Amino acid sequence: MSETKKFLYVNRKAPYGTIYALESLEVVLIGAAFEQDVSMAFLDDGVFQLTKGQNTEAIGVKNFSPTFRALGDYEVTKLYVEMESLEERGLGPDDLQEITYEDEDDDWEEKPSIRIVSRTEMADIMADQDVVLSF
Amino acid sequence: MSTLHTVNKSPFGNGALLSCINHCKPGDAVLLIEDGVYGALAGSVVEHAVITCAPSVSIYVLEGDAEARGIGPAKRLPDVQSVGYDGFVDLVATHDRTQAWL
Amino acid sequence: MKLGVVVSEGPYTHQAADTAYHFVKAALDKGHEVPRVFFYHDGVNVSTRLSVPPQDERHIQQNWTALAQEKGIDLVVCIAAAQRRGLLDENEAKRQGKDSNNIAEGFRISGLGQLIEMGIQTDRLVMFGD
Repeated sequence: MSETKKFLYVNRKAPYGTIYALESLEVVLIGAAFEQDVSMAFLDDGVFQLTKGQNTEAIGVKNFSPTFRALGDYEVTKLYVEMESLEERGLGPDDLQEITYEDEDDDWEEKPSIRIVSRTEMADIMADQDVVLSF
Repeated sequence: MSTLHTVNKSPFGNGALLSCINHCKPGDAVLLIEDGVYGALAGSVVEHAVITCAPSVSIYVLEGDAEARGIGPAKRLPDVQSVGYDGFVDLVATHDRTQAWL
Repeated sequence: MKLGVVVSEGPYTHQAADTAYHFVKAALDKGHEVPRVFFYHDGVNVSTRLSVPPQDERHIQQNWTALAQEKGIDLVVCIAAAQRRGLLDENEAKRQGKDSNNIAEGFRISGLGQLIEMGIQTDRLVMFGD
């Protein structure tokens, strides 16, 4: 399987109320083994997946937000978050957890995986893909 | 390079259609399926958004879903074109990718 | 053209499995190939052979099984999603120590890798869900 395609995982749903966010993350983790060019998009309620301070103790459901911080180890290093979606929800980039990866092409320097983009940039990113998976 | 977007939710209570429209590029197509066909209604609060994007983005409705919900051609925005499942397949084939606004 | 299809909502609750079925039939009628349909999230529930809908209703699972057998479509049910929701094939039931299995003919349980592989190997991917 030598062909490399651009895969975009589009996340537009909040975590916990439904299973989509968790099962999306499971696809991304498994998909990483296929060595495709993977990006993730977070817009609309999807931005809630990346917020800091999630504590699921009282609802008895696994808190999977720390898993996002492991994505760098799977070479998933492009997490695009839409600025307008954050603003509409009274959030800003500081409300998101810090997610980093070590850049093997740059002496393993630690770099942020989250890239805040405008709605127009998000549309450009979506239009630049081979496969778009929506969850 | 263009995208076929599918929207399957009523725009009255869900932001999928508006979010989709806000991320469309000129030359893209939007296909309203399932409850998404309500977005084709003339005179609704989303009419303006649909009409405004219509010149550069083609809007389609899946005929069977619209008929099932009593939204015959007379109730629809004139800018909205109608396709059957075969037309759906053609739209998938003629655009470079399909993005479902689930 | 090769088309990959994903169904990610449950039968009878959501229209996704019906829309996908009509889409796949239309695609095959037009001469396209649909090598695989992947069932994810609650879409895995389509694959139970224990569903007994009223006689005047469509039988979603049987329709898919018949189409798959006639046209040679690989109906893949995500194992992680299936296990959460109590859908097991014979092997998996044995492995998990369960007294029964419920996967219908024409469907097979496999991993999420099959979804990614479908994305790589097809020309277009179409998702039906919520």
